[in-house]
Amino acid sequence: VSTATSTPPPKKLNIIQLDMSSYRGSKSTLCAGCGHNAITERVTEAFWEMGVEPWQVMKFSGIGCSAKTPAYFLSSSHGINAVHGRAPTVATGAIVANRTLPSIVVTGDGDTASIGIGHFVHMLRRNLPLVYIIENNGVYGLTKGQFSATADVGSTLKTGTPNDLQPIDCCLLGIELGATFVARSFSGDKRQLSAILKAALAHKGLAVIDVISPCVTFNDHVGSTRSYAYMKDHEEPLHELDFIPGYEDISVEFDEGSTTEVRLHDGSRLRLKKLDRDYDPRDRMLAVRTINEAAQTGEVVTGVLYIQTEAPTLVDRLNMTDEPLSTLPEARVRPSREALAQIMDDFR
Amino acid sequence: LADYAVLVDSDAPSAPDRPNSVVNDFSIQVGTVNGSGSQTANTVLMRSIFQMGIPVSGKNLFPSNIAGLPTWFTIRVSKDGYIGRRRDNEFLVAMNAETAVEDVKKLMPGAAVVYDEPLKLNAIRDDLHFYPVPFDKLVAPVCPEARLRKLVRNMIYDGVVAWLLDIDLEEMRKALVKQFGARKAKAADLNWGAVLAGHRFAAENLTKTDPYKVQRMDRTSGKIIIDGNTAAALGCVFAGVTVLTWYPITPSSSLAEALIGYLGRLRTDKETGKATYAVVQAEDELAAVGMVIGASWAGARAMTCTSGPGISLMSEFVGFGYYAEIPAVIFDVQRVGPSTGLPTRTMQGDMLKNALLSHGDCRHPVLFPSSPEECFSMAMDAFNLAERFHTPVFVNSDLDLGMNNWMADPFEYPAEPIDRGKVLDAEDLKRLGGFARYKDVDGDGVGWRTLPGTDHPAGSYFTRGSGHNENAKYTERDDDYVRNMDRLAAKFESIRHAVPKPERSDGPPGSIGILCCGTSRYASQESQAQLAADFGVETGYLRVRAFPFGDDVVDFVDRHERIYVIDQNRDAQLFTLVKMDLDPERIAKLRSVRYYSGLPIDARSITDDIARQEGL
Repeated sequence: VSTATSTPPPKKLNIIQLDMSSYRGSKSTLCAGCGHNAITERVTEAFWEMGVEPWQVMKFSGIGCSAKTPAYFLSSSHGINAVHGRAPTVATGAIVANRTLPSIVVTGDGDTASIGIGHFVHMLRRNLPLVYIIENNGVYGLTKGQFSATADVGSTLKTGTPNDLQPIDCCLLGIELGATFVARSFSGDKRQLSAILKAALAHKGLAVIDVISPCVTFNDHVGSTRSYAYMKDHEEPLHELDFIPGYEDISVEFDEGSTTEVRLHDGSRLRLKKLDRDYDPRDRMLAVRTINEAAQTGEVVTGVLYIQTEAPTLVDRLNMTDEPLSTLPEARVRPSREALAQIMDDFR
Repeated sequence: LADYAVLVDSDAPSAPDRPNSVVNDFSIQVGTVNGSGSQTANTVLMRSIFQMGIPVSGKNLFPSNIAGLPTWFTIRVSKDGYIGRRRDNEFLVAMNAETAVEDVKKLMPGAAVVYDEPLKLNAIRDDLHFYPVPFDKLVAPVCPEARLRKLVRNMIYDGVVAWLLDIDLEEMRKALVKQFGARKAKAADLNWGAVLAGHRFAAENLTKTDPYKVQRMDRTSGKIIIDGNTAAALGCVFAGVTVLTWYPITPSSSLAEALIGYLGRLRTDKETGKATYAVVQAEDELAAVGMVIGASWAGARAMTCTSGPGISLMSEFVGFGYYAEIPAVIFDVQRVGPSTGLPTRTMQGDMLKNALLSHGDCRHPVLFPSSPEECFSMAMDAFNLAERFHTPVFVNSDLDLGMNNWMADPFEYPAEPIDRGKVLDAEDLKRLGGFARYKDVDGDGVGWRTLPGTDHPAGSYFTRGSGHNENAKYTERDDDYVRNMDRLAAKFESIRHAVPKPERSDGPPGSIGILCCGTSRYASQESQAQLAADFGVETGYLRVRAFPFGDDVVDFVDRHERIYVIDQNRDAQLFTLVKMDLDPERIAKLRSVRYYSGLPIDARSITDDIARQEGL
């Protein structure tokens, strides 16, 4: 009897027979209640649920609170915490070096909308195949509470100072410049964020996910538009999301009048159930208009804003061999003695 | 081109020999307008002389401009094989009305001038040999199409100069055919007509009065003519480069472009048609080097090429590469700074910066190629060093080497296999159970790394530019920091013994020594000959081929009375680097010779300065 009580319940395994502990990272050192910690949780679950081998993943980040988080999930995957704002460049290099590995970048609004915006927009243009998360809190946390470039006009600092500059909307940039999956979510919206992350992992191409993630220390006060309270009042989901992974052979009927189904590259399906309005995320113009209109009223529209499943990625365009460049043997990368002799003749 | 023999042999006698001929030892300067197609005429002229077995070098002095500004091309003909720039030119071809007067004024008495007749340059001086040529009148009949005349016109001076210098016209024809290639036979024909028109005009109308001429030798057989950037590109291909990222900047763009060309030709899989490489044109140099860091971290042989302004932008990432220990190969084709400076002039301007680039304590290996052969071989060295020591490596070429055409020996196929450095794979990890990324297990300061995608749960580590311990875990502990920095210093000592050794020849006891690097080589060696001939001063010579320097430098300093360190920059950057490695007693023996006009350094400038400092 005593032995029976000390046996732990069997751990839940995913499709590749790993339990969630294989997907966890080291303990977070961020503030208790930080939105980023919730995002880390969702990312961890998404990789587990999708059955990705953790040691096959590449993680990238820049500098800031957000940049620390790749250490807090998937400790058995390679990660690189690079320099401020330039994670997209490192990721670009790594992905062309090894095209076979799923990749995720976690950045902040300082990284993406300020110091690294040049890299961000060119990554969009290239449709670099990876999941790009922006942990957007409108503020620089590690340097103690300065406005970031995503802060709304009129939003105040803890000191009461209002922001008077137009915010940069990373989702609008993404849609405009070539990202093929653009979503906005809220760190507190567990169900929606989870579906978006899984769909992003299944997407072939660049998935940009702007997640409003309140900074409990520097930007969670009355007057802030990135606080938990503000998001509770102003989040407006465009649809209810359901993600059905490719390995699940489920053919549940759905109402085509109220639900749109998008089939992703790996056979997964994303179902978007209509809420208050008609919204087709494959309509680029509609996406742009919807985001702009919401900004006028102070609403934060969330969900999958835009999706395009067919565009070629940077890797497609480079026409590389299927195997990783990183491990090609010498015979494949060093031309022959005869080839050199022939070239030398050209210069005689 | 078939009727060449008839036209030349029957109609055009060569210029008569003069008793005081200066044979195979002079410089020709051609002044033209940028964008006028003179590059073809100049290359054909240079190749013709090269094909006659005479050592030549060509230097293009061009503006930062697409078309319209003055440009000069200098061909040095040297029977002794000196291929550095000379201060003076004996033979001028003045095609540019804007600069012709000044160009003529600069000439030494006795020089020869071929010029466009309407410029009336003969009125300026009476101590030169003037050869007026009516280019416009000559070009019209050989080039009926008016819009092409501006380009074809330049080929006429090749014909005139061939007659005046006694260049073998058959060699010129071969050079022209090579230049245009089989696919542009029509253009070759047109241009050959212009050469013949010039040659015939000279034979029929000019009287040679200057002493300069060429005479066939046998000092170029088997050699090639190639620019340093193309050589470096080939070096990268044969070093097995897999990722090139770049942002266009003069004078390094032609390296990237040559590399892209060769990769397409040599590294496309015949069966699948797929590339065994990737090229990304980045949004800026920060991105270019960031991509190199990312690609190298993931296991590719990755490189970028740039020049000074790009290096300034790369500073942050290079420090990251040093501290997080990620390979990177950066070709720096140096140009004149500070700031935008003179983008189309040469300088050894990034010596100190590259050796110490980025904040905190950073040290980076820097290779100094001096020739196309070394551009080729040091590409291999750079990749091997970067991967063996997990660190960014610079190759400091310069505009003079990178963009000018040089005689070179054909490149030797790499004798050594590619060295990918210390990498643990899944099999190793099964055996070891795990690893500590930054632990010095072999005593050389270099840890073992794994690549993303290694098929083993214990294969990963987290790479960061913040404080980390041997297990690649975050730390702010002072003892962890110091241990790590000390290991990086020890690693740099290992690098010291692995970089290419200097080229060295000691002088007799009590003599002075010349220490230089890169393209200062040619002027330095010629200056040694001048010091011996003019002052009876024998000198030792040491050309460092890489930073960090080895014991050779210390020993060389010990064996010479005084050491003249040659720099192509104002602030004695090589001198300062050498000083960093020496004790005060040895430092006291160092002297500095600096040249920083934007032109390649010349021997006479070195000789004059050493003579002044030595009180000769």
